[in-house]
Amino acid sequence: MTPLLQVKNVAKMYGARIGCTDVSFDLYPGEVMGIVGESGSGKSTLLNSLAGHLTPDRGEVIFDTRADGPVDTVTMSEPQRRMLSRTDWAFVHQHARDGLRMSVSAGGNIGERLMAVGDRHYGSIRERAADWLGRVEIADSRIDDRPSAFSGGMQQRLQIARNLVTGPRLVFMDEPTGGLDVSVQARLLDLLRGLVREMGLSAIIVTHDLAVVRLLADRLMVMKDGHVVESGLTDQVLDDPQHGYTQLLVSSVLQV
Amino acid sequence: MIELNNVSKSFTLHNQGSAVIPVMEGASLSVKPGECVGLIGASGAGKSTLMRVIYGNYLAASGSVMVGGTDVATAEPREILELRRHTLGYVSQFLRVVPRVATLDVVAEPLLAVGTPVDAARDKAASLLAQLNIPERLWGLSPTTFSGGEQQRVNIARGFAHDYPALLLDEPTASLDAQNRATVLELITGAKARGAAIVGIFHDEAAREQVCDRFIDVSAFTPRSAA
Repeated sequence: MTPLLQVKNVAKMYGARIGCTDVSFDLYPGEVMGIVGESGSGKSTLLNSLAGHLTPDRGEVIFDTRADGPVDTVTMSEPQRRMLSRTDWAFVHQHARDGLRMSVSAGGNIGERLMAVGDRHYGSIRERAADWLGRVEIADSRIDDRPSAFSGGMQQRLQIARNLVTGPRLVFMDEPTGGLDVSVQARLLDLLRGLVREMGLSAIIVTHDLAVVRLLADRLMVMKDGHVVESGLTDQVLDDPQHGYTQLLVSSVLQV
Repeated sequence: MIELNNVSKSFTLHNQGSAVIPVMEGASLSVKPGECVGLIGASGAGKSTLMRVIYGNYLAASGSVMVGGTDVATAEPREILELRRHTLGYVSQFLRVVPRVATLDVVAEPLLAVGTPVDAARDKAASLLAQLNIPERLWGLSPTTFSGGEQQRVNIARGFAHDYPALLLDEPTASLDAQNRATVLELITGAKARGAAIVGIFHDEAAREQVCDRFIDVSAFTPRSAA
């Protein structure tokens, strides 16, 4: 089996400071990988470097494209990368406002991504938008409302619908449940897990919440000061952490 | 089916002066299909540790842990996940689920993961839940709010949903009443009959005499230096 994403020695510097460095891993279809670490550990920098929002200073990010097989996305042309990010990739931002158009209706937010890949039939776009609103548990009657009239949890679910409507194969998520209250967070986790299983998605989830990765991620990567200090099977890393920093991280979690 | 060869395990506590605690040494065992092996030994002797080493959430320091042709001690995460999906089941003492997911779906999930159609998976889940006396009115609720004994039974139903060729059971009969205990023992006997290799921890002596074919005393694997 070809990995969906091969990351080789990726590094991103901010001047002399290290954003992240020496990151390598393979992600296979259907796998969910979590990246954890405290704030400033370089996990968001890494995610943005992988998703093409930042240009890595070193290394390769090879994605198995539908048409041409494995291609290095760092060196591909900007239009190609844009196309990829509209079709095969999705990016769920921590703040839904960064991933939505706040002045366009909920249905329009979902439809926009469909139109970007060539859909033109208004009726079918609206139908699929309504279908996806249902899947993320937003009432049909809200289709013409603007996201600014939605609660934070609803905005986050709308952002997920907008991202997944085009059937991407790889989803990047930056703290998808951050800032949501726990009941909404549970609902979102349930939704994400179902979608991963039904659509065979691969996902990379950045979070600082170890409970979230335990439930969502198959594999885990622990970052500190821009370096990956430990990686492996999620329950192995959490139950039997090998690195001192991971041990500290795991033992610092508050029990509920 | 399950074959351990000279496995050792130690914990290094980096935040406590890098203290190294050896907990297991020279552990070897072999379980054939259709056989149930009971782990015995005093509390703290390393029964659960051994089980976790087999399941792969504890990393063996040395030796090999072969389960159905995969060496859990050295396999890639992807291979272990594949093994857990199809071959190796584990009934732990704790139920860990996504909140808000209905009990029926929690139990059906291992079946969906191996590609069973939704209806068939839910039917199997329903029959297991009925067998374990979980009232039908609870099936639509999340098990997070259930009593300890109910959660334990949901956990067992989930562990027996898919016919794993290898099963690890960590105190499956703890906190169960006589009737449910009998049902669980029946499930274990049924799994043996279809050829599953089982490693179990049972504190309940009558239960272990009933289902286990032989016993392994894990205190034999306790490092001498620590004893």
